[in-house]
Amino acid sequence: MTNSKIQIDHLYKIFGANPQSALPLVKDGISKQDLLEKHGHVLGLNDINIDVPDRCITVIMGLSGSGKSTLIRHINRLIEPTAGRMLVDGHDVLAMSKSQLIDFRRYKASMVFQKFGLHVHRTVAENVAYGLTVQGIRLPKAKKQSHKWLERVGLAGFENHFPAQLSGGMQQRVGLARALATDAEILLMDEAFSALDPLIRTDMQDVLLDLQTELHKTIVFITHDLDEALRIGDKIAILRDGSLIQQGDPQHLIMHPADDYIFDFVKDINRGRVLKVKTIMNAGQTVQGPEIPADMVLEEALQLASGSETRAANIVDSDNSVIGSISLDQIVAGLARPQVDSPSEGQYR
Amino acid sequence: MDFWTNKFPEMGRTELRDLKKGIDAGFRSFSRAFGEDLENLFHPLLTFLVWLEKLLLATPWPLIIIIMAALAWLGARSLWIVGGVIVSFLLIGYFGMWEDTMSTLAIISVATSVCVIVGIPLGILMARSDRLQSIITPILDVMQTIPAFVYLIPVVMLLGIGKVPGLISVCIYAIPPIVRLTNLGIRLVDKEALEAADAFGASYRQRLFGVQIPLALPNIFAGVNQTIMMALSMVVIASMIGVAGLGVPVLRAISNQYLALGLMNGLAIVALAIIFDRVSQSYGQRLQRHRQGINHD
Repeated sequence: MTNSKIQIDHLYKIFGANPQSALPLVKDGISKQDLLEKHGHVLGLNDINIDVPDRCITVIMGLSGSGKSTLIRHINRLIEPTAGRMLVDGHDVLAMSKSQLIDFRRYKASMVFQKFGLHVHRTVAENVAYGLTVQGIRLPKAKKQSHKWLERVGLAGFENHFPAQLSGGMQQRVGLARALATDAEILLMDEAFSALDPLIRTDMQDVLLDLQTELHKTIVFITHDLDEALRIGDKIAILRDGSLIQQGDPQHLIMHPADDYIFDFVKDINRGRVLKVKTIMNAGQTVQGPEIPADMVLEEALQLASGSETRAANIVDSDNSVIGSISLDQIVAGLARPQVDSPSEGQYR
Repeated sequence: MDFWTNKFPEMGRTELRDLKKGIDAGFRSFSRAFGEDLENLFHPLLTFLVWLEKLLLATPWPLIIIIMAALAWLGARSLWIVGGVIVSFLLIGYFGMWEDTMSTLAIISVATSVCVIVGIPLGILMARSDRLQSIITPILDVMQTIPAFVYLIPVVMLLGIGKVPGLISVCIYAIPPIVRLTNLGIRLVDKEALEAADAFGASYRQRLFGVQIPLALPNIFAGVNQTIMMALSMVVIASMIGVAGLGVPVLRAISNQYLALGLMNGLAIVALAIIFDRVSQSYGQRLQRHRQGINHD
């Protein structure tokens, strides 16, 4: 895996009158329930450690109340932590002075919001240029400079509309263009597509993936939707009640859920469209049969393998060298929802 | 037992009298000591008010009507309102109330400007700090509910009778709405819009002037509108302490039972109120045009 861009290091957040007094209790492992009932504090985040790899999409997932939106707001310090460090390129954001923080937000990290957070009194073009005007660039120049992003998200012709005149999907395109316009290396997306209709959401995911192949930003993406997480995430971290339950490669997560909570999450997904052949192949073995790329999903591999005489296929990596094989039976078994999962059986590598 | 009689155990008559005398004497010596300084402090305001009044009176009446009509057009963009303005002013002039109306116009303009200049920053400060809000809100409550005659007494004791004390009492009465609505407007600004400003690294000034004030403008404008209305309603009371204008004939009409005089001048005040209200309200609504989701398909 590549270098980490953001390291979240033993991060705690406790909401309440005196968070510091509650911190030792949390470190001693008091439950969220007890902390609330006996001490009147709410546990927001409990000892979070996540490495966000450079130039990848890291998805932080969890149900509502799991602390995911709180966590992402610590990265640009919209929320102050109770304890811990947030290292971005080795610099602790939480130790920055006010002016350093403002510069960090202006140039280094930009953000997309669930409810868009657009400025309704500005036109679309002015909204997209907002980050640049905050940097001190004059509005006409900022508009000119940010126009390519406006076009890139498909909003050309809507420059002088007001946000209220656009549909939700288009408003979020404005939000995305605004975040891209500052050329920040880090893009924080807080449930950016959750408020959109399913079709529009898929559409926006495509826009994002398309942009990412070109821009290679470090993206932290918050969602409560596993399908979305699997679709766009290079890495997934799952939160529950403010604690990190599991993090890692999406394929690994599906094959080896750390506990029942995550198992419940992954059991209902369409494995045929998510699991890749490399995840369940017999590494190192070769058979007679067609060659298929390692990143092919099971659903597609099923058609190819069933068409071959040996009912099996070889798997090749991006250099076209064979790295293993897979049989039709294995593919079918992979499609089935597992009854019991035991991490020791995994062939994942 | 004494306890159940219907007589409240009140303060002794002499003590009460001494207390009142003491307060009066204290305030009198305060006004003797500082009255002149205060008067000097307000002198520029007086100069401005007198200048504006003279300017309005010296300007030929057709020009005034043209200017008022143009302002109404700029504010409201409605021919109905512009027509109403022209007809009202023609009638006011025809019935011999032109000069008083100009005086009233002058004091309303100056009082409103003072309220805006003082009230909006105060409202902004209030929105910033909950403690300041809890201090200022009861003061505003008192200012709005205390009978105007009551605060006329100390104002007159301090500054005597004339335009400046009149202006001050108008301002005391008229400033609460603009402070309240500025505070409210800024507090009601969409949290996500503000969070977005923060996330992009906006400084305090960029937040205030780029997001908070523009988004609070409709509320602030409702405050300005209310302030103008309340200033107009103080015209009659202010005329009791020597402010020239439409209030003076109304006062005369009350003491002499001149029905027609009172009615005409009263209606002139109403006409001014309606003009100011319609123009400022429709201007406030035009500020919100971006909120309407028209052209949406």
